[in-house]
Amino acid sequence: MTLAFGALGSAPFPPDIQEHLAGRDLPPPREDGIRDATNDAVLALVGVTLSFGGVVALQDIDLVARRGEILAIIGPNGAGKSSLINVISGVYRPDRGHVRLAGRAYAQVPTQKLARLGIARTFQNLALFKGLNVLDNVTAGLAHKTRSSFVEQIVGLGRSRTEEIEARNRAERVLDFLHLSHVGERLAGTLPYGLQKRVELARALVAEPDILLLDEPMAGMTATEKNEMAGFVRASRDEFGTTVVLIEHDIGVVMGLSDRVAVLDYGRKIADDTPDEIQRDQRVIDAYLGVTPENEDGEGI
Amino acid sequence: MSTITSAMPVNFTFPRWITSVLLLAVAYLVIPAIGTSYLFEAILLPFLALSLAGLGLNILTGYAGQVSLGSAAFMAVGAFAAFNFNLRVEGLPLVGSIVLAGFAAATIGLVFGLPSLRLKGFYLAVSTLAAQFFVQWALTKFSWFSNDSASGVIDAPALSVAGFVFEGAVGRYYFALTVVSVLTFLVHRLVNSQTGRNFIAIRDNETAARIIGVPVLKTKLLAFAVSSFIVGVAGVLWAFAYLRTVEPAGFNLDRSFQILFIVIIGGLASTRGAFFGAALIVVFPLVLSRLGSFLLGDIFDSGVLDMTQRIVLGALIILFLILEPDGLVALWDRIRRRIGSALRRT
Ligand SMILES: Nc1ncnc2c1ncn2[C@@H]1O[C@H](COP(=O)(O)OP(=O)(O)OP(=O)(O)O)[C@@H](O)[C@H]1O
Ligand SMILES: [Mg+2]
Repeated sequence: MTLAFGALGSAPFPPDIQEHLAGRDLPPPREDGIRDATNDAVLALVGVTLSFGGVVALQDIDLVARRGEILAIIGPNGAGKSSLINVISGVYRPDRGHVRLAGRAYAQVPTQKLARLGIARTFQNLALFKGLNVLDNVTAGLAHKTRSSFVEQIVGLGRSRTEEIEARNRAERVLDFLHLSHVGERLAGTLPYGLQKRVELARALVAEPDILLLDEPMAGMTATEKNEMAGFVRASRDEFGTTVVLIEHDIGVVMGLSDRVAVLDYGRKIADDTPDEIQRDQRVIDAYLGVTPENEDGEGI
Repeated sequence: MSTITSAMPVNFTFPRWITSVLLLAVAYLVIPAIGTSYLFEAILLPFLALSLAGLGLNILTGYAGQVSLGSAAFMAVGAFAAFNFNLRVEGLPLVGSIVLAGFAAATIGLVFGLPSLRLKGFYLAVSTLAAQFFVQWALTKFSWFSNDSASGVIDAPALSVAGFVFEGAVGRYYFALTVVSVLTFLVHRLVNSQTGRNFIAIRDNETAARIIGVPVLKTKLLAFAVSSFIVGVAGVLWAFAYLRTVEPAGFNLDRSFQILFIVIIGGLASTRGAFFGAALIVVFPLVLSRLGSFLLGDIFDSGVLDMTQRIVLGALIILFLILEPDGLVALWDRIRRRIGSALRRT
């Protein structure tokens, strides 16, 4: 396991070197999976294993996300859900296996290029830029599109001006879409938690990604806020055709929102099916769902 | 409710650019008409040079979140580079020397910024100390930099631009004021651009910044380079316009800390902050010495003054870090808002 970012002090290699290394030691592509053959797989994990010291966070995970679907990842705390998203976004490098994106296999996904590969994500713990206002946070989500140099930006004419206006307009449209326009000028850090979560979604959406990775976007929200958020996630998919990978603990939300559910337990994928089938799966019930009669039919939301 | 609170200050403050124009008018027209030479020599010239240095460091530390304890070294590089370009390149105008000096400082800043790609926070701060010690050592060790002058102290050249010489305290003030105004305007443009947002993004959450496609390494190095450029030009002003001499001794670790304090006290990530901080740092010792000798008479000699200065300054910094981490700027804005809403109520 190699962390792309040292938490403090030194990182093992600068990411560009890691990228380089990642391109080197690719395992031979496995052409076995039936699901791999399906053309509409926009994202696939193949045999991904990841451990931290003695803790196995992910164990031989195969997973496919199909174009335009909402794929929910559920599982108890510590099951490896966030690790999975961190592997897809290149924050973690798996010990074994690889991630397939846009027809290429990556031993470690190059985080720096993630946005250009059409992937955006949110974080389980808020990762907004607290010192920027909401509009600037969302505009920053288009950072990967910037072509103008800082000198052009200081002068503020030509290409940089067009870019800036275009970025502002797009950010404002997304704020509008997510009903955030009224807080556009507020510093992100001063907003209530639920709104900050929504701003993070806005920052991810503004790039109009093909794949959206959402790590517990509704955690800590009231039922109303969750409903609203679920509506936004669904609308994003419907509007932009985005493939959504969603981690969520609220089974009611998951059953109502997702097209498919993958269940993790102790780093293993124990099920991967439609919401209806998942609720009938005995292993899932044993491991995770337990007896939750009030949510049995997915009417919890 | 939020509309009311956000509309309030707007009603009571001028648009930013009007404030800037008014300030410039005062600085260019009023102050030279009424100021004494003491005001220029002892207060305004060091204030301008230190403000600019603070502005430069603020880009790096305030906006991009990279701590540096090497500011004085970059000032020294600027001052000595300008001196040597001016001395050794035939026919190069002074402004050319200053711009090249800025690039020299930016290059050194870039080199000493390389550790920032691997190190963060405290570790990075310590590694920027290397710049401080290395530059001072090199400038003292190799007398070529001082044109082999025996004392190591050299006179700065006259400030002439296109045949016009900025003479006397007021002339040098005009020169410094113009340089500072132009650079402040450019910095203002920069920090409000996509690059400025990238700086803050890296400071606030490096992982998130990387994921949205901010070129983290490039942006960090850019922050080092731009910051050092400005700090280098501040060094030129310090030596050429304020002290009129160029020597390594003034650019020591104390100065680096002083500039860091300017940024912290004035307000991190604020262009105005550097000016607030520099004003306090320059005026405060003068007030303290007046006050001290008034209250204590002869006991308050320079030794006691120096010590008191350090103690009070240290206390101030701690107070600011605890009570007003956003610095004098935030304090000022709050007071202004209070007055504004008080006026509205009456
Ligand atoms: N950076 C890390 N360093 C060490 N251990 C880690 C790290 N990240 C995750 N782990 C470990 O990997 C396992 C899976 O963690 P992960 O965060 O993926 O779980 P999760 O399913 O997202 O849980 P939760 O529902 O609590 O968010 C846990 O045992 C966790 O302690
Ligand atoms: Mg998690």
